[in-house]
Amino acid sequence: MSHLLELRHLDKRFGGIHVTRDVSFQLAPGDRLALIGPNGAGKTTLVNQISGVFPADSGEIWLRGENVSRLSQAQRVRAGLARTFQITTLAPHFPVQRQIELALFEREGLGGCFWRGIDSFPALQAEARALLARFGLQGQAATPTQDLAYGEQRLIEMALAMALRPQVLLLDEPMAGVPKGDGERLLAALDVLPRDLAVLIIEHDMDLVFRFASRILVLAEGAVLADGTPDEIRRDPLVRAAYLGHGEATRHA
Amino acid sequence: MNALSLFKTRALASPQDGDGDAASPRCAPAWRAPLVMLALGLAACLLLPDQLGLLTRIFIMGLFVLSLDLVVGIAGLATLGHAAMFGVGAYAAGVFALRVMPDPLVGLAVGVLAGAVLAAATGAFLLRYQGFTFLMLTVAVAQMVLSLAHKARDWTGGDDGLSGYVMGPLLGQFQFDLEGRLAAFYALAVLVVCFYAARRLVDSPFGMAVRGIHENRARMAALGTPVYRRLWGMYAAAGALAGAAGALSAQTTAVVGLDSLSFSLSAEALVMLILGGAGRLSGALVGAAVFLVLHHTAASINPYHWLFVVGGLLMLVVLVSPAKAVAWLRNRRGGRA
Repeated sequence: MSHLLELRHLDKRFGGIHVTRDVSFQLAPGDRLALIGPNGAGKTTLVNQISGVFPADSGEIWLRGENVSRLSQAQRVRAGLARTFQITTLAPHFPVQRQIELALFEREGLGGCFWRGIDSFPALQAEARALLARFGLQGQAATPTQDLAYGEQRLIEMALAMALRPQVLLLDEPMAGVPKGDGERLLAALDVLPRDLAVLIIEHDMDLVFRFASRILVLAEGAVLADGTPDEIRRDPLVRAAYLGHGEATRHA
Repeated sequence: MNALSLFKTRALASPQDGDGDAASPRCAPAWRAPLVMLALGLAACLLLPDQLGLLTRIFIMGLFVLSLDLVVGIAGLATLGHAAMFGVGAYAAGVFALRVMPDPLVGLAVGVLAGAVLAAATGAFLLRYQGFTFLMLTVAVAQMVLSLAHKARDWTGGDDGLSGYVMGPLLGQFQFDLEGRLAAFYALAVLVVCFYAARRLVDSPFGMAVRGIHENRARMAALGTPVYRRLWGMYAAAGALAGAAGALSAQTTAVVGLDSLSFSLSAEALVMLILGGAGRLSGALVGAAVFLVLHHTAASINPYHWLFVVGGLLMLVVLVSPAKAVAWLRNRRGGRA
């Protein structure tokens, strides 16, 4: 099986609302898939199902040739899946470096280790610092996370996901709410993601989507409206009508 | 959160490298606070030989509140049923002394085990819930344990309490004396060891994961943390310490009553924890000491109104966070200099 991630006929309802309708797609190593669609299309709900926050009603999720549909969130992370959150989800009082170390301990299976101090893992500490340096955050290693600028907290979301060394990365609006100036570091971080990593990104900034993605999947009312290369999506009359709508105007919105 | 605020102050104090790299955050050594605690405790015992009973009680309650801090301050789970573990530890140690053997240290181990087993068993169920549901279920579990103890008269003595056992010599040679000297030193020694163990636990990768869950459950789950299992581990550890406190109480007073399982004990421990500040372990000890000294002195002045003072203090502590108080003090000092 060459796909890293495969969704098969995923379906989910919240009460009377059909939030995911028969969604199927695959991700291969190196894919850059952008998931776009109007607000309420079910993009984040889909990411939550893939990462295991809640189960789908029907359909299957396969990760690296294994059916993970019934696995817990933690087990899926260990199988190579990492995600970021649209709304910054961090431990606010933790110093930045500790935050990264949390991810490293968990990745190394040390989360249950109660007999050693957290300062007795120099290799992991060095790795945490190297990772922070990669994101330009080495100066804030000891700063409580909540004291960082919002754009920097978004970077930590990414750094935490990368600390897990995933094979599939789900980015839920990494640029959400980031002022234009601060966006540069995030864009740079996106550009240097490992080549063979499969990335699914939810993003509203169409410039970024068309620059970053090798494939675009359009979601509307929980169903896949279109799936193709950026050029195909741009020309798709259905997508233009439903989402891109006013052509150039929204692209720069 | 203390460890966290410790990180913070240390980080602020640490020099910056030439490259603008901040120093790594570091924990304070785990032995430091327990050692200070030991020195203070010994000094108190030597300077106040007439108050050994009160001091012993402070050490024991301090240990109990410390264990509560692991649940409330570290894991972020509000509980009003923590006395269940204390009482079970006390009854286990008492029954063991009465029926099996009077050795204090073996009895202490039995109490620790009883507390841990009860916490592990009830936690397996309780920890599936959060917030208010969890809080109410802890009350329910504690009430059930209380009524079981009430019914099992043959073992617990019911309303009359469990008594009639005499503790053997500590380590086979030190007899418990009438003034309670040995009892005080024994309780202090156990407290210091448990304080050290708790400090180590909280500053381990496991403890940090639990604090991470307290701060943000969704984030930890996304990092691959088995949230439920981590909380369960911390809950069982807290149960062990509460059991130790209960065993100490049974051994130093030579009586176990139903009040050791009561709701009011759980609630009082929570008040002590909030008074001293939750989440920093040492706050638990400060809170227990302040509460019990206040109880002791204020109650002897006016036995009916001492709770008024406690209520006022509690209000002050809750409304003025320690962080704000420290900032205010620093500002004033800075303004004068």
